[in-house]
Amino acid sequence: MVGAGLVVIGVGIGIGKIGGSAMEAIARQPESYGKIQTAMLIAAALIEGIGFAALFAVS
Amino acid sequence: MRTKITVKTITLLLLLVSFTAFASEETGKGDKKSEIKEYIQHHLKDSYDFSLFSYTNDAGEHKYIGAPLPVILWDNGLKVFSSSKFHHGETIAEAGGDYYKLYHSKIYKTDAAGTINYDEEHHPTNVKPLDFSITKSVVMIIITGLLMFFLFRGLARSYANNGGIAKGVGRFFEPIVLYIRDDIAIPNIGEKKHMKYMPFLLTVFFFIWFLNMFGLTPLGVNVTGNLAVTASLAILTFLLTNLTGTSDYWKHIFDPLGDSMPWYAKIPLYVILIPIEVLGIFIKPFSLLIRLYANMQAGHIVLMSLIGLMFIFKSWLGSPLSFGLAFAISLIEILVALLQAYIFTMLSALYFGFAAETHDHAEDHDGEVQHL
Repeated sequence: MVGAGLVVIGVGIGIGKIGGSAMEAIARQPESYGKIQTAMLIAAALIEGIGFAALFAVS
Repeated sequence: MRTKITVKTITLLLLLVSFTAFASEETGKGDKKSEIKEYIQHHLKDSYDFSLFSYTNDAGEHKYIGAPLPVILWDNGLKVFSSSKFHHGETIAEAGGDYYKLYHSKIYKTDAAGTINYDEEHHPTNVKPLDFSITKSVVMIIITGLLMFFLFRGLARSYANNGGIAKGVGRFFEPIVLYIRDDIAIPNIGEKKHMKYMPFLLTVFFFIWFLNMFGLTPLGVNVTGNLAVTASLAILTFLLTNLTGTSDYWKHIFDPLGDSMPWYAKIPLYVILIPIEVLGIFIKPFSLLIRLYANMQAGHIVLMSLIGLMFIFKSWLGSPLSFGLAFAISLIEILVALLQAYIFTMLSALYFGFAAETHDHAEDHDGEVQHL
């Protein structure tokens, strides 16, 4: 159970960093908004997948 | 005019949310918390009848509103009977001389008295017959399939009659289809080969999206939150990726370094690299199936738990709080329904892109990370 919490914290930090970096990238190059968003969503989804896998392993 | 439509939409949404709240209003005596937990677990599972809601009348009888569905079993011959024979798990169904009992939403073969034997870990040891029943999820899948078939066939015909201009509901779907082609398929698979994969991508996108949206209606279905359904979708992606893989795709897996090294230097590296690449073939669709399943399952659990708060608080504060939270989460779930369909399609397209790549295509992506 503690492990599940740790995993969720890790996933939260990871997705937060991706979101933050994507924001910075968009602010720097607003014209490549679409590409950055796609890459961000894919990376976020992959991390999220790990988080879910860990949660299911615990429960 | 526009404000009128907005007001209508919001009213409709409110109605939907309140209906969902009604659907869970199965009160009784006893421990509220464990009852809510049981109710949520029951909702997440597939069921043999399409029941919308149930209540206990003044005489203390359980009344169920809904329709029974056919149960089809293969157990020394085909056995077909209506799920109303189970009376929602309260009685034993008899078919062709054998007796079946519903236990925790699964069918077990029993004797006439309906005894269930357990092993040490309290798992039933009774025989489970092969089950091909038309369950609630199967009904929803068939309905969605028919809906998509008639909707998109109608759209295709209206395009033909109308000189290639979208009409009616086509004006809503055209940008989505174009988005999938221009922003998902072409960048990932490439200009040349994307048309080969477009039918699958469009079908899987709309199928997942529609089923996710049906999961938010008061029908109380949870199709995409079912491991078997998402696994089938992921297996289709897996088969398509590997059956259409070019020789360059297989070379990437079994000879990723190519001519950049002499063969004797490759051996120690390949002992590690090839197993990782081969595992990757299976992990990619596996992550697809877990992601969709877990997201939809988690969304349903959160929504139902928030509605359950109403029955735990039992004060004037509880209902508005639980309603407000459930409403907000419902709106987020509408977004998640679309997002998960998009991610599944997007990642499928990415994997097809790996499978379809030829060598010259791989070269202009030089330096990019090609393996996930």
